[in-house]
Amino acid sequence: MIKFTKVFKAYPKGTLALRDVTFHLAKGEFAFLTGHSGAGKSTVLRLIYAQDLPTEGEVRVSGYTTAKLSRREVPRLRRRLGIVFQDFRLLSDRTAEENVAFALEVTGARRGVIQPKVIRVLAQVGLAAKARAYPHELSGGEQQRVAIARALVNDPFVLLADEPTGNLDERATRGVVQLLRDINASGTAVLMATHDLDVVRAAQYRTIELQQGAIVYDSAVDDGNGGGRP
Amino acid sequence: MRLALREALLSFRRAPLLSALSITTIAFALFVVGLFGLVALNLHVALQHVEQRVEIVVYIRHGTPIEAVTTAMSDIQAFPEVDSVTYVSEDQALARARRELTEFQGIFRDLAQNPLPASLEIRLNPGYRDAQHVQAVAERLKGFQFADDVRYGRDWVQKLDRLRDIAGAVGLLIGLAFAAASVIIIGTTIRMTVLQRAGEITIMRLVGATDGFIRFPFLLEGTIKGAIGGAVAVGLNYAAYLVVSSTLFQGDFFTPLEAVAVVGFGMALGLIASAASVGRHTRHL
Repeated sequence: MIKFTKVFKAYPKGTLALRDVTFHLAKGEFAFLTGHSGAGKSTVLRLIYAQDLPTEGEVRVSGYTTAKLSRREVPRLRRRLGIVFQDFRLLSDRTAEENVAFALEVTGARRGVIQPKVIRVLAQVGLAAKARAYPHELSGGEQQRVAIARALVNDPFVLLADEPTGNLDERATRGVVQLLRDINASGTAVLMATHDLDVVRAAQYRTIELQQGAIVYDSAVDDGNGGGRP
Repeated sequence: MRLALREALLSFRRAPLLSALSITTIAFALFVVGLFGLVALNLHVALQHVEQRVEIVVYIRHGTPIEAVTTAMSDIQAFPEVDSVTYVSEDQALARARRELTEFQGIFRDLAQNPLPASLEIRLNPGYRDAQHVQAVAERLKGFQFADDVRYGRDWVQKLDRLRDIAGAVGLLIGLAFAAASVIIIGTTIRMTVLQRAGEITIMRLVGATDGFIRFPFLLEGTIKGAIGGAVAVGLNYAAYLVVSSTLFQGDFFTPLEAVAVVGFGMALGLIASAASVGRHTRHL
């Protein structure tokens, strides 16, 4: 699925964002990526969707080795991933359903295929009734659901979520986390970066903690001796 | 394709001000190019009129038998440079002088004998109406026995040559300069559109849109803007032409084909400029 092997990532300014990161996310698994801001969570995700390439080591995503991807292959990889951000990244001049349909349109999907899929995923995230609403007419939690629907519409094998609850209040946070759990229950792997430890504790999933670019704790590996954390 | 067209048109609706601004700049850039084209066109037409008057006159020795002249005329007509040879008899020359030189009418009327010689007036084909060819033909004409004198406005033809060279060079340079300026202006406006839609492009990338898919609507947009700008420019040029024609002098306007060429030129500029700036900018997003 997703496999990091001795990955180092240095940015041009010389900062080392990741040091010797090795982990494996299995098919259908749910994992949290935790750590303070700047610990390297977003970098891990960026390496997965090939926005950045590792300086050293290997990142394998669903059979692709990202460093060996040609520019043409990157879009193909991304169509197999769902990506969600803290700031939703919706197009403000399009309705919820148009935002979701957009992800299918750019893949060249036919019109007849798009509509039923859009309706299905909007229903899945509980927003079927607000399909015609524009982002500014929706609450933060609802906007994030639209973003999640957009991420799901291409049937990704993994959903990457970068602080998806960072801009949400407690209630909306619970709703979004529950939605991610439901999505995971239907077979999609989820890798969620968050610094919200309450969310992590409540969910009881695998947790990978980063500090200054290095993995300091992985519940799947350290089980037993690290039981008390985080 | 339909989606790209929709995206391109949508961008006009979403950013009407920016679109109007870019179309206006393209229109004005092309307007200037077109204006210059009009000047060049009219200058060319005017020069052609002047050129047609390039003429070599062979004065015929008095008493030359008319048969010798007619034989020579068909010889001269066979010169590749020569367009037409006209024989002006002594009487015709006198009649013309009386008609054209009204201030000497009295003198011409009182003449007992016609002092004017007969002559051959030779006009040259287009392309041969420059100093070099005129001189070469004149030299050959001097070889005829009956040629008393051969005249052509040497200085005048040389000046015409220079004028033609200058007009051509200036036209080419200024035309190129304005075309280059148009490309830069269109490129800049397209770049503004790209930057304005940076968020959208980022999202397109994240959901797996290919480079071509992202660029195509921008190229289409640039081409459409170029076409509209070109059409507006033709309209502005026509307005300018009407104003000049009604106040200064009666000029010539583009033929429909040339007008279409201006629009086509706008489209090409729009396409080139958007391709250049989209390629560079989408890569960084």
